[in-house]
Amino acid sequence: MRRAQHLVLEASRRMTRRGLLLGTLQGAFIGALAYRMRQLQIEQAGEFQLLADENRIKIRLIPPARGLIQDRKGVLLAGNEQNYRITIIREDTEDVPGTLADLSRLIALSDEDIAKLIAEIEKRSPTLPITIADRLTWEEFSRVAVNAPSLPGVSTEVGLSRVYPHRGDFAHVLGYVGPVSDYDLSKMEDPDPILQIPKFQIGKLGVEAKLEDVLRGKAGVKRVEVNVKGREMREIDRREGDAGANVVLTLDARLQNFLIARLGVESAAAVAIDLEDGDILAIGSTPTFDPNLFVRGISSADYALLTENDHRPLADKTVQGAYPPGSTFKIVTALAALEAGVIGPGEKVYCPGFTQLGDRKFHCWRRGGHGHVDLEQSLEQSCDVYYYEVAQRVGIDKIAEMARRLGIGVKHDLPMSAVSEGVAPDKVWKQTRYGKDWLVGDTLNSAIGQGYVLASPLQLAVMAGRVATGKALQPRLIKALDDVPQAKPVVPPLGISEEHLAAVRGGMYAVMNGNRGTASASRTVDKTLLMAGKTGTSQVRNISTAERAAGVISNKDLPWERRDHALFVCFAPFDAPRVAVSVVVEHGGGGSAVAAPLARDILLYALFDGLPPLEVYPSAQRDKVRELLDTIPLADPSTFTTGGISRA
Amino acid sequence: MSYLDYTLATAPAGWRKILHVHWPLVFLIGAVSSVGFLMLYSVAGGDLDTWAEPQMKRFAVGLVVMFAIGFTPIKFWKGLSVVGYVGTVLLLVAVELFGSMGMGAQRWLELGPIRLQPSELMKITLVMMLAAYYDWLDPRKVSRPLWVLIPVLLILIPAALVLKQPNLGTTLLLLAGGGAVMLVAGVSLWYFGAVIGSAAGLVSAIFESRGTSWQLIKDYQFRRIDTFLDPSADPLGAGYNIMQAKIALGSGGWGGKGFMQGTQSQLNFLPEKHTDFIFNTLAEEFGFVGGISLLTLYVLIIGFCFLSAFSNRDRYGALVTYGIATAFFLLIAVNMGMVMGMLPVVGVPLPLVSNGGTAMIILLMGFGLVQSAHIHRPR
Repeated sequence: MRRAQHLVLEASRRMTRRGLLLGTLQGAFIGALAYRMRQLQIEQAGEFQLLADENRIKIRLIPPARGLIQDRKGVLLAGNEQNYRITIIREDTEDVPGTLADLSRLIALSDEDIAKLIAEIEKRSPTLPITIADRLTWEEFSRVAVNAPSLPGVSTEVGLSRVYPHRGDFAHVLGYVGPVSDYDLSKMEDPDPILQIPKFQIGKLGVEAKLEDVLRGKAGVKRVEVNVKGREMREIDRREGDAGANVVLTLDARLQNFLIARLGVESAAAVAIDLEDGDILAIGSTPTFDPNLFVRGISSADYALLTENDHRPLADKTVQGAYPPGSTFKIVTALAALEAGVIGPGEKVYCPGFTQLGDRKFHCWRRGGHGHVDLEQSLEQSCDVYYYEVAQRVGIDKIAEMARRLGIGVKHDLPMSAVSEGVAPDKVWKQTRYGKDWLVGDTLNSAIGQGYVLASPLQLAVMAGRVATGKALQPRLIKALDDVPQAKPVVPPLGISEEHLAAVRGGMYAVMNGNRGTASASRTVDKTLLMAGKTGTSQVRNISTAERAAGVISNKDLPWERRDHALFVCFAPFDAPRVAVSVVVEHGGGGSAVAAPLARDILLYALFDGLPPLEVYPSAQRDKVRELLDTIPLADPSTFTTGGISRA
Repeated sequence: MSYLDYTLATAPAGWRKILHVHWPLVFLIGAVSSVGFLMLYSVAGGDLDTWAEPQMKRFAVGLVVMFAIGFTPIKFWKGLSVVGYVGTVLLLVAVELFGSMGMGAQRWLELGPIRLQPSELMKITLVMMLAAYYDWLDPRKVSRPLWVLIPVLLILIPAALVLKQPNLGTTLLLLAGGGAVMLVAGVSLWYFGAVIGSAAGLVSAIFESRGTSWQLIKDYQFRRIDTFLDPSADPLGAGYNIMQAKIALGSGGWGGKGFMQGTQSQLNFLPEKHTDFIFNTLAEEFGFVGGISLLTLYVLIIGFCFLSAFSNRDRYGALVTYGIATAFFLLIAVNMGMVMGMLPVVGVPLPLVSNGGTAMIILLMGFGLVQSAHIHRPR
């Protein structure tokens, strides 16, 4: 019994000893835990606090407001509007179709829209916000905002979006903005981090693209607290960015509107230049398109309408288009010949209706010929043979040099897309371009603005302006940048003798005011506003000998795309020129019949800063003119705003 | 006064038992559980319904169970040990055959509305079984190989079943808990040396088996080990959880960021913030002071259990108390070691604090046994 008792006691003591051992082991481990806690929370606390802040604080860029674009009088041409949109995050929505169905009771969403959205939502990352609808009205937007708590995953956002209040009027010159694409980014060497903002808008074309750096502005920065899914929980602080600089253009919104409306349905381009400092007052290409469609993301149907139209609405014919200038180029040939001294202003050339060159006949547009013509008459009646003759005397290189002096074959530096250089061909040019020798026949074709010669409507307007002023006028589009007016350009003289310029101007005066002037039907009768101009009709097809023998097919019997281009350049007033205008109507037919009336109306509108009084038109034309001007669909200038942010 | 003068007759009976309840232990358990409610309220973003309230209800139920078990004589529980052990092993087999999949492992048995996790219950019934075995066994025989083999098998059978679920964490807890009872029962230390030695061999064998046809553990378990060894190597992948856990804990600093102000937990950077990583929320919001305070409460609970066992001359009661206290310690040690990056992430909750269905009730059942042993100890 004692032995058993001893055993029990021994076992009990041993158990206590082992219990103490176990307790010590446990205590040691707990000590280690405490030490580890101290290590992490006290010694390394700073390091972990930094990591925790890196986790929760994210830096987000605030897109700056894009600079405004205004016309010379402050009328807003491109502004920003508040864009109210609704987005959904799939991850936060338990029932996507149900939520969308709820939403369709608040805003207009068709079943088809919903089906499309569901497909898109399924396709994209569950954490990314997908836009359900944008450009909502304030009423729709606030209705959704109020109900947001019962629409899980749906959130409302306000952003700025580009808007072009004049729609198509400035489409080609301003271009448009669109969301930055991977392609855009790949072209940049060191892209601004702001471009990483989804759907950030950058200039894609025209002034918007060329002045992108000025208009974009600097991004602001805000620090936000985010949760693990990147959702913004609250804003910690923010530093606003700098809005883009405003740009004031030399354009005049009302004149531009008139120009586009007057060109109407033609495939045409017109340019009006102020002759004091080269300000481009209006530059328009028709048919045009609504750039707002591109900002919003154009539908494929709308885009197809634009690309399939044979009048090419997307092309900017004013600077991209290069046309054979036709007889308007005779101004160049005449000045080249006069300056070279190969002919005097009063010297006559006999026109039998053609020039024989070897076995080839070069025809005058008037089959019967003009008889003996001097310079003034050659311009007035647009005699081709006169220019065949003087061109042979002066040679192509001098003609090309004169063309460049007058602005054809040189690239004018304008913030517009794809500004064409045109072609002022000479011997070297043909050799480089085609590897062929220049032929005398080429000179004859070039003399009357056919063959290799190409000029854009802008270049033609510059040519008219330089002849009118005798100065090397440079066209310009930017009047002020960021409220700093651009310095008035110093315009050097052309270096052409005033006598020769006066002779050519006299010929251009006769075109409009002479008895046999090709554009006399488009003259003005106001003594202070007399015009000078030059018509041009350029062939886009070769007239075969057979056709010439059978009688040239008249334009109205030809399919549209084979008809002649109609051109006209002019300036006014004749004795103190203020504005030069060029008009090109693609496949319009004759320059005198089609282009000249357009140019006259645009020129007069520019001079009067509004619709001209009927008294300036020849009395016989007034009724027709009134009827025409009354039916032109002009915008109401009272709707023009001067700037700021407009609400959708 | 001889040893035999201590008789069970002197143990309290009836309502007098209430006076003999180990009240400090009850209050400490209540305190730790309250910390749990507070943290569950915080991680739910200041919401009671999500986790805190259900946890309180479970605690209330568990408390009733604890007192019911505690007021029942320890002799009764000793008599139930074998049945309990065999029953739980059978339940583990049942889980293997019919259990639901949870987190890629078979752990639950759906019995109507009750979701039973037999592996949790096993921690207690194994302790009871081993205590009953050593109470029955002549103390002189404890180190004889045959008598060592029997408890080893008693441990390995359920451990193997749990490992097959697979639930590595609980397996290790069963092995360590069972081993602790054997240690206290007086089994020669040489055996433990041998086991630790061969365990080291096994670990190296496991690593050797990686990528071979006889791979011993699952790929995700290997990845957890990799992550443990170097959490920063893959901070966005497998190492993300432990990295975020350490950031939460470390950024709490000395005094913490304040109640419900923990950015890591409130903004959801902290994973499993209401279960495995709830300690990090506490440490983030209440800092080192809060963490050490909770650890102190735990140490007091374990310490009081040990003190009770030291003074308990009933071999079964003392062994059960040591076993339960050690099981409790192991949960704390593994969970805290894990959330502080000292141990691999094995998915062990923090006892009494983590949100958990069965765990809370089972733990309070265990403390019920401790109370029963304490109330009915020989005097």
